[in-house]
Amino acid sequence: MYKALLCMRYLRSRYIALASIISVMLGVATMIVVNSVMSGFTTEMRDRIHGILSDVTVQYNSLSGDEDPEALIEQIRKVVGDDIYALTPTVDIPGMFMSKHYGEYRTQPVMLIGIDPKTKSQVGPWKEYLQSFQETEVDGKKVPPQRSMSEAAGFTLTKEAKAYRKRWIDQNASFQHYHAMNHDHEQVNPIKLKNPIQTVEGIKSEKSKVTTADSVETDSDVPNFEEDDPIEDSIPDSHLFDDLDKNKPVEAADPYELRDIQIIPGAGLTQYFIPDEKTGKLELVEIIKAGDDANIATPNSALPPELKSAAVSLVDIFKSGMSEYDSKLVFVNLKGLQKLRGMLLSTAADDEKGAITSVQIKLKDGADSDKVVAKLKAALPPVFYSVRTWEDQQMPLLSAVDIETTILNILLFLIIAVAGFGILAIFFMIVVEKTRDIGILKSLGASSNGVMSIFLAYGLALGVVGSGVGVVMGLLFVKYINVIEGWLTWVTGRKVFDERIYYFPEIPTSVSASMVIWVAVGAITISVLASILPARRASRLHPVQALRYE
Amino acid sequence: MTVDLSYSENNVTPKDQNSLKESVIMPEPQLRSIAVEKAYRKGDLKIPVLRGIDQKVFEGDFLSIIGQSGSGKSTLLHLFGLLDHPDIGEIHLNGERIDDLPAKTRDQLRNHVFGFIFQFYHLLPELSLLENVMVPMMIRHSMWDFWKQKRKFKDQAKEIISKVGLDHRFTHKPSELSGGEMQRAAIARALVLKPKILLADEPTGNLDSKTGGEIIELLNTLNDLDKLTVVMVTHDEAIAKEAKNQVRIVEGRIERLATSKVGVA
Ligand SMILES: Nc1ncnc2c1ncn2[C@@H]1O[C@H](COP(=O)(O)OP(=O)(O)O)[C@@H](O)[C@H]1O
Ligand SMILES: [Mg+2]
Repeated sequence: MYKALLCMRYLRSRYIALASIISVMLGVATMIVVNSVMSGFTTEMRDRIHGILSDVTVQYNSLSGDEDPEALIEQIRKVVGDDIYALTPTVDIPGMFMSKHYGEYRTQPVMLIGIDPKTKSQVGPWKEYLQSFQETEVDGKKVPPQRSMSEAAGFTLTKEAKAYRKRWIDQNASFQHYHAMNHDHEQVNPIKLKNPIQTVEGIKSEKSKVTTADSVETDSDVPNFEEDDPIEDSIPDSHLFDDLDKNKPVEAADPYELRDIQIIPGAGLTQYFIPDEKTGKLELVEIIKAGDDANIATPNSALPPELKSAAVSLVDIFKSGMSEYDSKLVFVNLKGLQKLRGMLLSTAADDEKGAITSVQIKLKDGADSDKVVAKLKAALPPVFYSVRTWEDQQMPLLSAVDIETTILNILLFLIIAVAGFGILAIFFMIVVEKTRDIGILKSLGASSNGVMSIFLAYGLALGVVGSGVGVVMGLLFVKYINVIEGWLTWVTGRKVFDERIYYFPEIPTSVSASMVIWVAVGAITISVLASILPARRASRLHPVQALRYE
Repeated sequence: MTVDLSYSENNVTPKDQNSLKESVIMPEPQLRSIAVEKAYRKGDLKIPVLRGIDQKVFEGDFLSIIGQSGSGKSTLLHLFGLLDHPDIGEIHLNGERIDDLPAKTRDQLRNHVFGFIFQFYHLLPELSLLENVMVPMMIRHSMWDFWKQKRKFKDQAKEIISKVGLDHRFTHKPSELSGGEMQRAAIARALVLKPKILLADEPTGNLDSKTGGEIIELLNTLNDLDKLTVVMVTHDEAIAKEAKNQVRIVEGRIERLATSKVGVA
């Protein structure tokens, strides 16, 4: 009893104890805040990666693609059909994305992903990442999303993008008209211009022959890299590849109609930020936007592969917040990509079937993805197919983040360890100060263990109070982190957390109860450990020596 | 008188004492030191402080031990009260050796049998007077037991505090009390568990003579009325004379003094 009483009194009467409590408290609060934000980022990142990659991917090992996707899907359904929620065939192929910016063509390496928007949306969140479904911010004002979430995702333009497309095509037409009148002599060589599918080094495919025939209709400057008229640069590329669709009557073409290949490139490919020289604020620069045309190039599925390029229409922008994806992925309508790569199966009468390179699978809740992978691996010949979970595919990134989190945690725990040494020093001081009292207690019959437990209880109390307050503070900080960020922005005059850099509208946080408990228990343990040495010293004090101590 | 007889022994050598003990039948002393020696080490140098102390204390006695400063009075009192071990010799309580008992039993004996008071009062500065007096109770009982009987213990403590004349000072901190009041509080703390023996180390050493006299009077009353055995050490002859019996420590040995006032009377 005297232990508790003295422990309480020492706690109350010694301001130095307050210092220990504060150091424990700050350590605990910091750990909770940093952990929550880190795991918020990680969870968000994993969610996004997961969303893009789907649970399990069956990939055909050759880029030329699996010519019998139906058999493959059937096989997959047969083996793990019970665990499958949805699946979607895709064509994943490296390629290039060309857009014109300030008169220069920029060609960027990308991953072209041919998808079927309907089934792709079932396999994971995808629609959510399209710009037309997202709220945007223009000059500091929030602009509501152009489409409502109930709308199905697809390769179609929004009303705004349609209007924009109409505007530039009309402008283009009037310019062409003007150009034709005034610069007749400069008419570009049709052979240079009109070859819609550029074959590599003169190897002509059948299709390229066909296109030459239709090429009279096209009059764009897109592939003509020799021409360098700055005014023309502002004119987006126009129809070059109408002939891809052989059945399409050229005469009936709607001048504003989209090209056969429609793409949704990542935001990193279509826009960037530059800091304003005066204000230092980041300004958004759009290279190209929904409604514009651009070019893509990719190897076809022939052996050996030939490079194929085509003009395409941008229908939307993809913005997941994962810069790795946003600067690399270009979603293409599956049919368009298959057509470009010559993957459509000639045997099929209606042109509807095409080869695919992978199947993305979403599993039902609770399904064990490792088991599914094992089953699929057993059923599909490994020579042709590789089966991986989304985590396998992003292993290096995910494990890097894990290691980062672990290291950060160790470093932060050192903060609490420092607090522990503070407690150690303070406790030794208190023991020295209380030497005489320890002698008195022993003369009154207190045992060594009793004296020891006063100081252990003292350490425990410091730890409990410190980490209790620390937990509360940390959780409050996490809860109001975006409000605090707002204040900091206001005070410093600089945006602390720029959503345009981090892609997150606010700082993501995720508090896990087990993390909080671990941190609190760890801090308490360290406080108790730090008090063991001084407590032992106190308990071993010789009562007479202690009584003589002045 | 048996009491006188016992003190007359102090002048004889231990050998004689042993032979005497066998031949004369007498009451067992309550507390007794047998050939106790204690030395302190200063580096390689061994400084003997007690060089063979044989001292009996009978129940109900008020013994004062006089000695110069540094003569080893406190050391002897600490040995009696089990706060220290003798180098050689034994301490007996009611005929049983107690200096070699395990630490836990010694702790319990200190709590149950002995009450200590010191020159510098040694109250715990963080606690109020009442809490200070209740500390021995808290030490004896587990937290649960103490909590259950808190009221009772509080009343007991208050009763003792009234007895030493400190009513209405219950909530004062030691720093708010005068020297005499603090010593009274220390006495109350020593008495609250009704010990058999009170060990007082220069209880008046820090007080003016009037207040010191009051403290001795209080000790005398306790000795008279409650039959409490009191062993008091002091360097002050005048104070020592107030006790029933007196002995003197000289060069680490006990020297018997003139018969006590009680003995004469
Ligand atoms: N821990 C110690 N180490 C060395 N010498 C000590 C120690 N404690 C006491 N002494 C010495 O023992 C002698 C007796 O001390 P003490 O019993 O306190 O005397 P008194 O109470 O009669 O004044 C003194 O000379 C003192 O210096
Ligand atoms: Mg002394």
